[in-house]
Amino acid sequence: MAKIKKKIRTIKINADLCNGCRTCEVVCSAGHATPRFSSNNPARARIHVITHRLENIFLPVFAGENTPAQCMGREKYVIDGKEYDECSFCKASCSARGRFIEPDSGLPLRCDMCEGEEQPLCVEWCLNKVLTLEEREEEVEEEVKLGEMELGLQLLVDKHGLEKLVDTIARMSQKS
Amino acid sequence: MFYCIEKIYQRGWNMRYAEAGYNLEIDLATGNIEKVETDPKLMELHLGGLGTDVKIHYDRVPPETQAFDPENLLIFSAGLLCGTPTFSANRMLVSTISPQTGLLCYPMAGGFWASELKYAGYDKVIMRNKSPKLVYIYINNDKVELRDAAHLKGKGALEVQDLIREELNEPDAQVSAIGLAGENRCFGASIEQSKSSASRGGAGAVMGDKNVKAIAVRGTKDIYLANGPEFMKQLKILADWIDHRNHNPLPNKNIMTIHTGVGSPQAMKIVDEKWHTQGFAWGNSRRRRKTFWNDEIEKQWTEVQTKALRRFISCFNCPQQCGALITHEDTPRYMAKCFSKLSYMFAAEIDEQGFNWEILEPAFQYGFDSFSTPQVLAMGVELRKDGIFTDEDWEGCPTDIAGTFFWLLDKMARREGRVGDLLADGCYGACRRLGLPEGKYDHNNIKKHEQMCVKLGMMDPLYYLMYATNEKVSITQMEGNWPQEPFREMADREEFVKDWPHLPDDRFKKWFLDWEPRGEFANPFYPTKEISAELVDWMEMLHNIDDALGICCGMGSFCLKPAYHIHNYTKFINAATGLNLDEDGLRKAVNRSRNLHRALQNRRGLRRKDEVPPKDHWKHRFPEYEYELLSYYYNFKGWNMDAIPTRKRLEELDLGYVADDLEKRGILKDDPDLIYVPNDNVSREESSIYLQDGQSDFYIPDDHVSRKEG
Repeated sequence: MAKIKKKIRTIKINADLCNGCRTCEVVCSAGHATPRFSSNNPARARIHVITHRLENIFLPVFAGENTPAQCMGREKYVIDGKEYDECSFCKASCSARGRFIEPDSGLPLRCDMCEGEEQPLCVEWCLNKVLTLEEREEEVEEEVKLGEMELGLQLLVDKHGLEKLVDTIARMSQKS
Repeated sequence: MFYCIEKIYQRGWNMRYAEAGYNLEIDLATGNIEKVETDPKLMELHLGGLGTDVKIHYDRVPPETQAFDPENLLIFSAGLLCGTPTFSANRMLVSTISPQTGLLCYPMAGGFWASELKYAGYDKVIMRNKSPKLVYIYINNDKVELRDAAHLKGKGALEVQDLIREELNEPDAQVSAIGLAGENRCFGASIEQSKSSASRGGAGAVMGDKNVKAIAVRGTKDIYLANGPEFMKQLKILADWIDHRNHNPLPNKNIMTIHTGVGSPQAMKIVDEKWHTQGFAWGNSRRRRKTFWNDEIEKQWTEVQTKALRRFISCFNCPQQCGALITHEDTPRYMAKCFSKLSYMFAAEIDEQGFNWEILEPAFQYGFDSFSTPQVLAMGVELRKDGIFTDEDWEGCPTDIAGTFFWLLDKMARREGRVGDLLADGCYGACRRLGLPEGKYDHNNIKKHEQMCVKLGMMDPLYYLMYATNEKVSITQMEGNWPQEPFREMADREEFVKDWPHLPDDRFKKWFLDWEPRGEFANPFYPTKEISAELVDWMEMLHNIDDALGICCGMGSFCLKPAYHIHNYTKFINAATGLNLDEDGLRKAVNRSRNLHRALQNRRGLRRKDEVPPKDHWKHRFPEYEYELLSYYYNFKGWNMDAIPTRKRLEELDLGYVADDLEKRGILKDDPDLIYVPNDNVSREESSIYLQDGQSDFYIPDDHVSRKEG
């Protein structure tokens, strides 16, 4: 497969500057609403500020890949005397917690870095400069981009297995 | 105990924008919980938040109902724009009949609760009657439960928030809770939420009386915007203004440093407290310390404050950082904001800031108002000095003042002994129960409510009107968009008015330019009664807009050159709700709610005789002029001379039904004596009438004696 140049976006998170206001969650969910900005709901956001105010923990975390299974073992971090929960730094949507799961459909949420926009909404709207965007170019293998239907089928394959899915589709096509 | 929603009342399918469109109605006596769709028309008439709360109280609570009667409603409300992306629209407003004043009170808190309630699908939680056992309410979208709280009895108002989150295994739940002060129905009891407190008026005591320890909310639903792209365009303009103001504070030559930015006064960030410490009164609001601030104090305080503040924090969806996480020495951690940094020190007349950081922790855990409580404690110390509290009452009290304050705070929270039980009723309540003459010790009250500890020289007409009439019965957050004092130099005034788009019109600029520190164009006679009426009505209207929308007044009405103002509120309201309000329409909606609010208080007995700033608030008083000033203002507001809205005013605001009601009850009368007659030749003579004990509560000119007797 051919190599292509791709812009890699990284969001640098300066958690020390975070005041825990969750504007990033609000604008993220509003920006991903359909139609855009027609509604907002932090439970649909692809960023979440993990907050334990009295423990001085303010930690913005972005939604990453979905994981079908919970981790076998987990870790707790102590940094500067602050104890972070087992799942604090984890980006995955996972059955161990309700985070980064669409509240209606139960489907996983994933940060898309607001691709196509000048900068992610969370970066744009954080007036305290907790989040900054860094971009660099990398050479990567050209990726075949999956269409919407393929993405949906892939999720079903991940959940039920290819064989079961094929059987079901065959059965459904016979019925129709 | 476990109850859940019994019925859902729905009017049919209505797309609702900005508001959730449902209230939760909870009968605490029976455990019946209903989800009731609200009338969309109410948003047009009263917006939301305080506006719609007032409507509910007017319609449903009889004027005879007292704070601890089962019929008294306790409403937790989210403002109209809470839950939308509107910056700083995060106010939780609690409204109920106050045990202290007997009037409707509506303390507010920021934090995270109000938005979460909207995301759970509700605009308000309306509680009536009393639970037979201590419970907490858990709202998780459509699942609502009353849960047993016996194991949480006596827990601190902060600690219980975490305990409930752990118990529910719901780290994202937002919890509002009372502490021991609320459970024991102390009149100064607050409701605590994250770093914020709904403090004034004793709503926490009503919550305790209803046997509700806390309300936990988790919501994962959408809040809709009528015109999202337009809304975000306006929000961007606002964000740029906030960013600009954050990087360009106003010059502090004429303005206190804590008021140079946007947001609540920045008492957490700024150490320089010369203005507060020298300008405000210490002890039981008795004495000024005009030479208090010096290099040594500044050095000490800088060291203590810098160490105590671990991190600056905000409320929901607000870029500002008005609160702080406090980690002072061995004191358990808590969060604080604003003037609470100083209030206990002032009352105890202790110069070490560490004392304040130490006592705030138990005060927040007990759930006490940081404005009233220190004054009540200081009054307790005065009562002891004067022998009204006896050796027996005082048994076990440490001999030092810091120890005394901790001891009194604890006694009061528990209503323990004669001292604790009396002081728990606040300054006014304690003094009446002790049979003391009104105003001798409880001298800093308006309408039975403790006021900010300020004692000043020259009567200020703006503050006179605000103190006398404002809805909050508390000046602490009624002031705002207008500088507290005139600028000395004309060049500074000219510079200040250059970039002031917040003013309603250019006349306001002229008034500011003309305003002088001394002479003919200075207090007490300038601003004139005409200008004072316009300025006060404008500033208080802004507060009422914020309180209906759920916007923090630090970003609107309680701030110089703020983010929100009369010319941009409608842009947010319209884009969010789909309404088509212009500025006049907004003014009318808010005035409608304000006059309904006034009528509600009138129905509960409020009259002109109650609208009296403390006698000793200013040294220089002008009784006849003050009387004329207030009369003019009443007339300007469309009220009669007994502080009641006229039928004409009420009908202009579509409140004819209120006029009918007030007339039927004999409150609103067609009395020619109550019509305003301008008196432009009023005496401007100064009098010390207010400073002498035994004088009448308020000044009445001779030709109005019949009114007094009536």
